Order: sequence, then C-alpha cells, then structure tokens
Amino acid sequence: MAERITVDPMTRIEGHLRVDCEVDGGKVVKAWSSGQMWRGIELILQGRDARDAWIFTQRICGVCTTVHAIASVRAVENALQMEVPLNAQYIRNMLITAHSIHDHIVHFYHLSALDWVDIVSALSADPKKASELAQSLSDWRLNSEQHFRQIQNKLKTFVESGQLGVFASGYWGHPAMKLPPEVNLMAVAHYFQALDYQRTANKIVAILGSKTPHIQNLAVGGVTNTINLSSQSTLTLERLYYVKSLIDQLGDFVRQVYMVDVAAIGAMYADWTAYGAGITNYLSVPDLPLDTRGTRFELPGGYIRNADLSTFKPISSYGDTYFEDGVKESVKHAWYQGGKGALHPYDGETIPEYTDFQDDDKYSWVKAPTFYDERAQVGPLANVLTMVAAGHEPTTRNLNTVLELAGKVAGTQIPVEALHSTIGRHAARAVRTGVLHEALANQWQLLMDNIGKGDYDTFNQPEFPKDEVRGFGYHEAPRGVLSHWTVIRDGKISNYQAVVPSTWNASPRDERDQPGPYEASLLDNPIADPEKPLEVLRTIHSFDPCLACAVHMVDTRQQEIVRLQAVGAQCGVTF
Amino acid sequence: MQTAAPVLAGLDTEPPQAPVLVLGLGNILMMDEGVGVAVVENLHTRYRLPPDVELLDGGTSGMALLDDLRLREALIVVDAVRTGRPPGTLVVLKDDAVPAFFRSRISPHQLALSDVLAVLALTGEAPANITVIGVEPLSLETHLGLSDLVMARVEELTTQVIATLDALGYAVTTQVEGQTP
Repeated sequence: MAERITVDPMTRIEGHLRVDCEVDGGKVVKAWSSGQMWRGIELILQGRDARDAWIFTQRICGVCTTVHAIASVRAVENALQMEVPLNAQYIRNMLITAHSIHDHIVHFYHLSALDWVDIVSALSADPKKASELAQSLSDWRLNSEQHFRQIQNKLKTFVESGQLGVFASGYWGHPAMKLPPEVNLMAVAHYFQALDYQRTANKIVAILGSKTPHIQNLAVGGVTNTINLSSQSTLTLERLYYVKSLIDQLGDFVRQVYMVDVAAIGAMYADWTAYGAGITNYLSVPDLPLDTRGTRFELPGGYIRNADLSTFKPISSYGDTYFEDGVKESVKHAWYQGGKGALHPYDGETIPEYTDFQDDDKYSWVKAPTFYDERAQVGPLANVLTMVAAGHEPTTRNLNTVLELAGKVAGTQIPVEALHSTIGRHAARAVRTGVLHEALANQWQLLMDNIGKGDYDTFNQPEFPKDEVRGFGYHEAPRGVLSHWTVIRDGKISNYQAVVPSTWNASPRDERDQPGPYEASLLDNPIADPEKPLEVLRTIHSFDPCLACAVHMVDTRQQEIVRLQAVGAQCGVTF
Repeated sequence: MQTAAPVLAGLDTEPPQAPVLVLGLGNILMMDEGVGVAVVENLHTRYRLPPDVELLDGGTSGMALLDDLRLREALIVVDAVRTGRPPGTLVVLKDDAVPAFFRSRISPHQLALSDVLAVLALTGEAPANITVIGVEPLSLETHLGLSDLVMARVEELTTQVIATLDALGYAVTTQVEGQTP
C-alpha cells in the first residue's frame, strides 16, 4: 500500500519548502513540492523610484542578496536601453563570480555533504590510509596524515561533547551511507578547510561590494566604485592586486580539492547517477557581459530540450526576444487568483487566494514558470550543459577533468549522460565553479587592462522618459536563471516581477498539470526507510534549494521546525 | 589548522574581530519582521558603542554570516520571535534557553542561524555566550516599516541590548547629541 511522507521544511537554510511523497514498493511514485511562504516584492516596489529598486530586491533573500541587486539594475538599464561602462561590467562580473564560487563551496561542503558523508564513520578511519588515498587523487598540500589525524581528534572531541545533535538532519549510520571511513575523514578534513576558502571568496565580494551581506556599490548605470590608482579611499592598484592574490588562493582549493572531492565521492555513489533526472529541458542565460550593451558574454547560455545537446538554441543578448517572449507563469496550482491561463511576467498578477493543501488543485505559494509552455530545469547543471552545447572550451575542459577523475575512481568511463541525475547536479556545480574561477581571473585581467588604457569610467547617468518603458534583466545566479521584469512610468515602478531560480525548480504543477523539476526528480527515487527519507533529501538538496526569494513567510507558529510524518507509522522524526 | 593566509601580508585591511557582536536579523520588507534591523540602526545612530562591540545588520542571511559569528566572546541576537504571547511582548532568552530557541521555530531565521552555529560548534569557534532579545510581532505583511505597536518597543529593545552589554562588562554610556534615527 502506498505510504505518504511529508518533509517540512526541506531546506536547512533560509526558506520553507514542503515536499510530500507517495512511496510504494520502496520508491517514490508521486511527489508534490510546496513553497510555504508568500512572495510580494512587487507590492513593495510599486510607485518607487526605479533607481532604488535594487536596494529593496536584495532584501528578498538572505542567501542571494547580490544576485537580486544585479538582476534589478540590469532590468532597469534594459528598460532605458542604457549602456554600462566597461569597468562597471568587469567589477560586477567579478562580484558575480566570486559570490557564486562562495555559494557553491558552501553548498557542497556545509549544506549538502552531510547527506553523503557520515561524520561518525570518520572516527574509525585510519588517518594514514586516508592521507594516502587523498594524495593519490590530488597534490593538495593539506592532505597529510598529520593533518587528517588532527581533524579526527577535533572531531572526536566534538562528538564526545554530545553536540552532534546540532547537525539536526544527519542520518549517521543510515543504510544509504556508503563511503569507507577513510573517504569520510578526507571529506570532513576538507569541510574544515572549505570554511577558510569560502571566506577567501567572500572577501572579494566584500572588497568590491563595500559590504557583505548586502553589497552597496551598485547603481543603475554602473557601479559606485571610483577608480583612482593613488587615492586610498578608492579602488587602488594595491587593493586590486590583493584581490588577485585571493583569486589565486581560491583556484588551488577549487581545482585540487572541491572538483576532486565531488568526482571521487560522486564515483563512489555511482548508483545515484540513475536517479533524480526529472525535467531534462534545461534553461540558462549568458552572463559576464564583455561590452557596454550586453551583446557579447564570457559565458554562453540558452535552451536544451529533452536532454539532447543538439537541440541547443542560444540566448545571445540582453535584448534577446527568444528569452523575453518565452517565459510565462501559471497559478493554476498556486495560491493566487487565476483563471487567465499562464501569464507573461509583464502582465503578471499576485493576488493571494489561499485554499489549503489540495493534492489535485492548489498546494503552493510558488508560481509555475514555463519556457515556451514547457517545464525547464535551471541551475548549474543547465548552465554547464548549455555551455558545453555552445562549444565553450573552458566548460568542456573542466567537465572532462571531473568526468575523467570520476572514471578513474569508479574504474569505468563516465559518460556526459550521467549528469542527468542527482549526483550529476553536484558534479555540474563543481565544474561550473572551475569555469567561474577562470572567468573571475579573466575579468580581473580585463579590468586591469582597461584601466591601463586610461579608462576610469564606472557610471553612466540614467535618464527616465515620461512615457512607459519596460525591460527585463537576467543573471545566471548560483541556483540558475534569475530574471527581473519591470514596467516603469516617469521613473516610477508600475509593475515588477521576479522569476527566481527556485520558482523554476521548486514550482508546483503547471497549467497543463506537468510536474515541476523537484517533483519530477523525486519519481522512482529509492526509499530504504520511509521514516528517514535521506534519499529525498539527497535529490532535493542537489538542486541547492532556497525558497526565501521564491516566496515569503506567512506564519510560523503552527509548525514544528521540521516535521516528518510517515502516515501509518505516525512517528515524528526530527532531522 | 593552516588558513588561507594572504599572500601580500599587510594588505589585508580588515580590522580584527571585536569580541562582541550585536546582530539584528530580519526582513525589512515584511513589517515587524525587520525589527532586529531597526534596533541595530537605532543603536548605530543614537549611541556610541565601545570598540569591542560590533553592530551588524544581518538581514535574513544564514551561511553568509559564518565569518561574522566566529570567534566571538558574546553574541546578542535581536529578532522578531513568536512564542504565542501578545504582540509587542519582549522576550529575552539566555543560557540554557538559547539552544532550544535555535531548535524550535520561534523566529523565522533560526533555521539559517542554527546552521551557522552548528558549523561553528564543530570547528570550536561558536560564541561562548549567546543572548536572544526579541519581540512578538504584530504583523508580517509585505510592507516596508514597522507597525506602530512594535515601533514603540524599539527603544525598549535597544535599552535591553545596552543592559545586556553592560552585564557583559561593556558600558554604552555616550549618547550622540543632536542625532535622531
């Protein structure tokens, strides 16, 4: 008989996502993804000065403050058909890439590794063997036996102090945990090291953005960083070279640790390349503009249908109508007044109509977006696949590096098709981090070269017409395609919609009742123990869920922090 | 453990971490949700704090606060909390009550914050002393600015933060003249 499990909330981090699964015969046969909060940024922005929108939009999410600021200034600039000075583009591009690298490192090591890595098992590892294994995979300087022994002792102290419970979602000793103790120890050691390197990435954001969280250096028309190579209060040569040293340190960790760990751990969980594909239409947008108008980009983007890279269709400029015309959002299964069919974001409405959780009707605060009426997955996997399809050399090279190493560990060749999976999303995120790191170094060089030519411009003054103008801005954010859509009249916002990555991935069924990416990805996932559905967490966490911007909170009092119900067993498990 | 030491020593211009952090949490776009940020702004504009005390508007950040929270002697969190008491009620949690706060769903942010504190517990860098100063919200509508009821409590919350700092041995004595928030 089918059993229903409810996991609520699903995200360890910001946001409230509820996932319901119907489990039959040890696997998921039906799934619902529900955002439990309500989004309403458009209500706050109506009537406000369009130049200020980015200040507000970066407050809609605690995790991705930077990305909403970027998408917002781009949307307004697009509406005004503005050019943005080259220096401003490069500085923004460095902010974007450093932020994304930070986000990906934290996601793998600190937010999702414990779905795969058993901390307790690491205690029984032989540090010498662990060190030999790590050194066979990478030349990283911190893979010594002595270092691994120190980490193991630290871990022992921690576990003995009885604080393991702070990792509320750890399923230590779960049958789906399969790594040998030595691999677990290696991963835990790198978990500690990753804390230092996420800090390195964050420093770059703080130096360029003046503050983090919530960067302060953006403006519609450019950035407020003034470049003066001799004044201490501006972006000086000294500071830029310090940023370069941070970029170099970061590269060693990304290449010698993060990409290696994901390849090795992924290979040891090769069975997970068979689960979690879900929606295999992939959407991503080009990013890191190389000119003032956004017609050339360092990283390509586009659309792929049905996992077939030959169907790739590029999105090639900020003004590209292929993207602009393709996006719609449906509220048929979301708690908003509907009846008008799926609407384009310029015409989007957000009128709440809460019903209660209804399996076959409305059950989420998240709208369901489509691209030319098809469901699409967004995120690093979509980004990597579209960049490979576009023939982007750095992506192909970094992907081959990860797949070859994974193949070496697994003892068999790993095809690109293995990426359409739960573990594939982690692999793609690591590949993307390698690509982003190269891009970050390149953007730094482009900035230096341009300053060297005597160009110190960082800002163009925006001018608003009396008439209505509309525009959209997109950004390939850490969790995928982010787009902001705005209608402006006489400098004031008259409509504003944000179509965020988690809206694409975490959305409910659409106008044609097609499931969203999370829902589709859970189908056929094995469930060893319905009371400890670690497998559900693995697949959902592989998307890097973050719903804070997809929807906003209504009320929290009614629910426990985490509620897991196995209907029939009626056994609440805290994780 | 070795750290990612700057290659160009001396250019790392960040000041050393102050021993005490006052962290205002909340989403300023959702009325009383943003009360923690309002209290921190009030402290910033109307009081002079000793150099050992740092103020931070954390917004709704989670893991992004990892570096801001590590190696502090004391952490004071100001936030909207829901314990079922009437709107506007002040809630102060200390010592043993704090871990329970981070494990239950009283504030919308502790999910994020508990992740940060879990990581810092593992690395042995968690704040030694945590105080949560909160207020029951009246409304969490999508709207910029606090409700009148909660706005009227901002000064009291601020006083509570100052009293907590005082008890920790950090006196906030000087009120900056001629400035209002």
